[in-house]
Amino acid sequence: MIEAQGLTKTYGGKTAVYNLSFTVQPGVITGFVGPNGAGKSTTMRMILGLDEPTGGTVTVGGHPYRRLPNAPRQVGALLDAKAVHGGRSARNHLRCVAQLSGIPQRRVDEVLDVVGLREVAGRRSKGFSLGMGQRLGIAGALLGDPQILLFDEPVNGLDPEGILWIRNLMKKLASEGRTIFVSSHLMSEMAVTADHLIVIGRGQLMADMSVRDFINTHSASYARVRVPDGEQAAREKLSAALTEQGAHVQPEDDGALRVGGMPLPRISDLAHDAGIRLWELSPHEASLEEAYMRMTQGAVDYRSTADHRAGLQQAGPVPPQGYAAPGPGYAPPMGAPGMPPAGPGVPQPGPGVPGMPPPGVQPGYAPPPPQGYAPPPPPAAPQAPAGAAAPAPREGETRR
Amino acid sequence: MSYPPQPSAPAPGAPPVPGAAPGRFPGAGPGLAPPPGAPAGGGYSSPIPIVRTHLGHAFASEWTKIRSVRSTMWTLGIMLVLVVGVGFLIALAMATDDWVGAPLLSGGLFGLMLGQICIVTLGVLVITSEYGTGMIRTTLTASPQRWRVLAAKAVVFFVLAFVLTTAACAITALIHSSVLSGQTVPEYEAGDPMFKDSVSDSGELIATGGQWFDATVGAALYVSLLGLLALAVGAILRHSAGAITTMVGFILLPLIIALFMQAESLRDVQRKLIEYSPLSGLASLFGIPFFDDADMGGWGLLGMLAAVTGGMLLLAFALLSKRDV
Ligand SMILES: Nc1ncnc2c1ncn2[C@@H]1O[C@H](COP(=O)(O)OP(=O)(O)OP(=O)(O)O)[C@@H](O)[C@H]1O
Ligand SMILES: [Mg+2]
Repeated sequence: MIEAQGLTKTYGGKTAVYNLSFTVQPGVITGFVGPNGAGKSTTMRMILGLDEPTGGTVTVGGHPYRRLPNAPRQVGALLDAKAVHGGRSARNHLRCVAQLSGIPQRRVDEVLDVVGLREVAGRRSKGFSLGMGQRLGIAGALLGDPQILLFDEPVNGLDPEGILWIRNLMKKLASEGRTIFVSSHLMSEMAVTADHLIVIGRGQLMADMSVRDFINTHSASYARVRVPDGEQAAREKLSAALTEQGAHVQPEDDGALRVGGMPLPRISDLAHDAGIRLWELSPHEASLEEAYMRMTQGAVDYRSTADHRAGLQQAGPVPPQGYAAPGPGYAPPMGAPGMPPAGPGVPQPGPGVPGMPPPGVQPGYAPPPPQGYAPPPPPAAPQAPAGAAAPAPREGETRR
Repeated sequence: MSYPPQPSAPAPGAPPVPGAAPGRFPGAGPGLAPPPGAPAGGGYSSPIPIVRTHLGHAFASEWTKIRSVRSTMWTLGIMLVLVVGVGFLIALAMATDDWVGAPLLSGGLFGLMLGQICIVTLGVLVITSEYGTGMIRTTLTASPQRWRVLAAKAVVFFVLAFVLTTAACAITALIHSSVLSGQTVPEYEAGDPMFKDSVSDSGELIATGGQWFDATVGAALYVSLLGLLALAVGAILRHSAGAITTMVGFILLPLIIALFMQAESLRDVQRKLIEYSPLSGLASLFGIPFFDDADMGGWGLLGMLAAVTGGMLLLAFALLSKRDV
């Protein structure tokens, strides 16, 4: 169990973490998510007693880390930067950490087997690939067979097989009753890994809830409705009928309609009443990534936008793929109140067009970072069409 | 895994075992306390026995660390080659003269003047390499008792440096005494304080027990203290190049500055700079002090170096426990 109370950290004049309070429970995987520079690594360093909080407290099992009895046997950590002397072999690295922690030497070979580095254990870790280095860090975290595990960006540099492996490893560790606290900026990865989410933006807590609740709170579900191909008139008639009954209707490029704010049976009834056949009527849910982007988008100026945008979950006019607009500069899902729905197939310039963020929203999904730092490019791959059943179980594997 | 089985706690959310006393681990016999160190209310307890760690664990760890990086082999190897090699060449060069006019073991100074730079470099690297690579975060996570880490580093490094430097100095002294023994001290030099006690009854130059001790153990202690000072400076600056430069400056600058103080009014300052420069103490230990009428001998200067080193180490401990890593 990790408990933070009003945790604050400033470096010089720069606030990295501000008034953060949360609890990490045992037995589940708690995802710690936020854009680059949000303060995740800083928080982890404070949990481990490496950085002293400017304000507030954080305790592990009821003690501040630096006063925790048998600390390395209670807490294991993978830190984001390679915290390893590259001139030492993997085995010697683990050996000296084990000696310092009072852990029997045979445990070193055990964890080398667990992470699959047995063959290269005698090689200096300087020559390791990113993924091998990450595995060595994970081996170090597992060394003490601890009750609490912190992983800072564990999937960084791992291949799809490695990502699957660490995900299953974390699930197994959590199922043994351990406390798992894992940071990431990939929501898609957290969606299939974590049970609970702590979201921070600009060092402040933005959400602390289960993954399920997070999706429910921060995104809305919608229905995809398709009339038989070529029946343009039927489509417009249905669109009008649904809109009249209070639904938000948006056309999609493939001729389907995206209907929000109306339950599926009601859509079916209305179509039936209008005498329109349906080829498709399917429920959809916005992906975690979208909910997260919307939320952290708010971190740019969250006092005025965070609440405002929640629930305004409708498609942009004609995004190329799905509605979480990819391309340079992420624009939030569209559908500003009062915006007329675009006619079918007519691209309409507006906030939803990639590259043209709506007023007040900065390009790039991360809050503009403080100083001397360029935001990373937005996810290169277009978001999987939001239609694809959200949290797609294998989605994260194709990404780093 | 083949660890002795220990009672394990149930996963949270598991239905309470009927009749189990609150706080007791189900499965544990009556009166069996949870394993020491098991977190209160924690969900998992490891089958690996938990031992209380102490300074001894940190010693073992630091010994593994210092042995398993190449910089240790390089710096200590070069130190040995320099001290013994240069000592040997000087002995050969001196052997051509019937009377070299210097104490028997004094030729060991020049190799050690170079060799001390290696010890200083290693002292710095022992700590700064951890900061440079980020290893320090792993280390201090494994041992939140930070003082333990620095204490173990200091002791392990100091002992290793001292043993090897003593060995190098002893080999050099043996070379000098075997190559240069047999010199006869001329009549006019016999009264010189430099050769007091080191002329045998037959008028040959010898080295007294005290001179042997000074040129081996004393010199090695001096250089190892310089290395320890370098370790403290490394812990304070946390930067390899910065700390090595600082230490080289500390050793050489007093002499270089003194070189430029030729004005008559600065004579006193110049003399003090030379007399108290780190090299002066080492030269005194080899029996060739910079000034015959110096206030302090080699051991006095060694004591001063020890005091400076102790002070810097205290500062290093204070900063280590206070600063973010
Ligand atoms: N030692 C430090 N000195 C000064 N500023 C720091 C320091 N450590 C972190 N920061 C600043 O604090 C902020 C939070 O950094 P942190 O590394 O915790 O972010 P993060 O959430 O881990 O980001 P990422 O996803 O990129 O790893 C950043 O703006 C960073 O510049
Ligand atoms: Mg980070």
